[in-house]
Amino acid sequence: MPPIRVEVDGATYEDDVEPRLLLVHYLRDRLGKVGTPVGCDTGNCGACTVLMDGLSVKSCSVLAVQADGHDVTTVEGLGAGGAEHPMQRAFHEEHALQCGYCTPGMIMASIDLLRENADPSEAEIRDGLEGNLCRCTGYQNIVRAVRRAAGEMRRPAEERATAEEREATP
Amino acid sequence: MISATFAYVRPGSVDEAVSALADAGEDAKVLAGGQSLTPLLRLRLAYPDALVDVGRIDELREIRDEGDAVRIGAMATHHQVLRDPLVNEHLPLIAQATATVADPAVRHRGTFGGSLAHADPAGDLPAVALALDAVLVARSVRGEREIPAADFFVDWMTSALEPDELLTAIRVPKLGPGWGSHYWKFHRTAQAWAIVGVACAVRRERGAIEDARVALTNMGPRPVRARAVERFIEGRSVSEDAFRSAGAHAAEGTEPPGDLHGSPEYRTHLAKVLTTRALTAAAAV
Repeated sequence: MPPIRVEVDGATYEDDVEPRLLLVHYLRDRLGKVGTPVGCDTGNCGACTVLMDGLSVKSCSVLAVQADGHDVTTVEGLGAGGAEHPMQRAFHEEHALQCGYCTPGMIMASIDLLRENADPSEAEIRDGLEGNLCRCTGYQNIVRAVRRAAGEMRRPAEERATAEEREATP
Repeated sequence: MISATFAYVRPGSVDEAVSALADAGEDAKVLAGGQSLTPLLRLRLAYPDALVDVGRIDELREIRDEGDAVRIGAMATHHQVLRDPLVNEHLPLIAQATATVADPAVRHRGTFGGSLAHADPAGDLPAVALALDAVLVARSVRGEREIPAADFFVDWMTSALEPDELLTAIRVPKLGPGWGSHYWKFHRTAQAWAIVGVACAVRRERGAIEDARVALTNMGPRPVRARAVERFIEGRSVSEDAFRSAGAHAAEGTEPPGDLHGSPEYRTHLAKVLTTRALTAAAAV
């Protein structure tokens, strides 16, 4: 079995894997990163989206051996020191989910979208998330959440920190 | 479903890759971006003995200017192609059609060459390559050969590549001044294949269409040039009527499939309507 070395959510893992093992199964079954769900299994729904070297990929359509030497971020690797990523917070605040199954992939795809376009319009968000299906929300609140997170992420870091501090103070 | 087992090789260069293909025999497959192949493996529609993963061969990702043509490395990703300045300047049809391929995550991994070698008649890029008279460059231990797009797509998901050949690059002649182009795709959802697509490039001169190239997606077992449309429109003055009459010839000589998304009759209708629209958009009237 070929050896692989992958960086996942900031930690390095070395493993021998079967060539046919999918990245999503490696993440879930070997590393216990069950925050990334398996959805449709055929590259359509986007639930299993993770970032590979910063770009969104559907982890059911990538073999673990193809991730060798790469840097993978799952929804579990977002935020720092237990804090939520602005996108996670925005999904929470805008109630951008109901059953939650698509949410990890939706959040990862949304972060990828903002990497290329810091201030997307509603149409650009809908277009950018075309590879992620949600069967509950009708997408309205998802679009709102991405707009909100985009606004949040465009604010300078210091300003954001002060606001967070204020919000945390009872 | 989990795919059947296969051997896995990851060559570091084109020379190593073609040796690996020669050694692996007839039942090996090249793994490019894997966006079509991985689902096929998992559905067990494909069960190769070996995969030759060319994902680490950086020389295959280069896009470069070759004077009257742009040479696109077979492993250039869709994401890379649609942002490439050479492609956007000289071959906007490729950029525009590539932007309609699946969704951003798939475009990050999927490759230009992979889409062509996969030879899916419902894929967008085969018709584009055909319309642009692209030349496909294949390498094997036996040497290198060039295959015109017109000879490359042999049958349903079957290309002219021999089992030991690797598609290394695609040379696409630049469209010069006076050319306009458009890819019109009709599909239900982002990941759905085109029910019908029309790739079209026309050269206008003094109010008339001097050259026209039209190719159709998903109107038969392979992408097909709409020669009757080209013959009709060439030399005619630009007008709504001319484009509508030209579009009426779009389905001539095609063998449209019938499936869940449309009957052959429906596809025939779509081909005519979309060809008229694509011609109109390409000529920018």
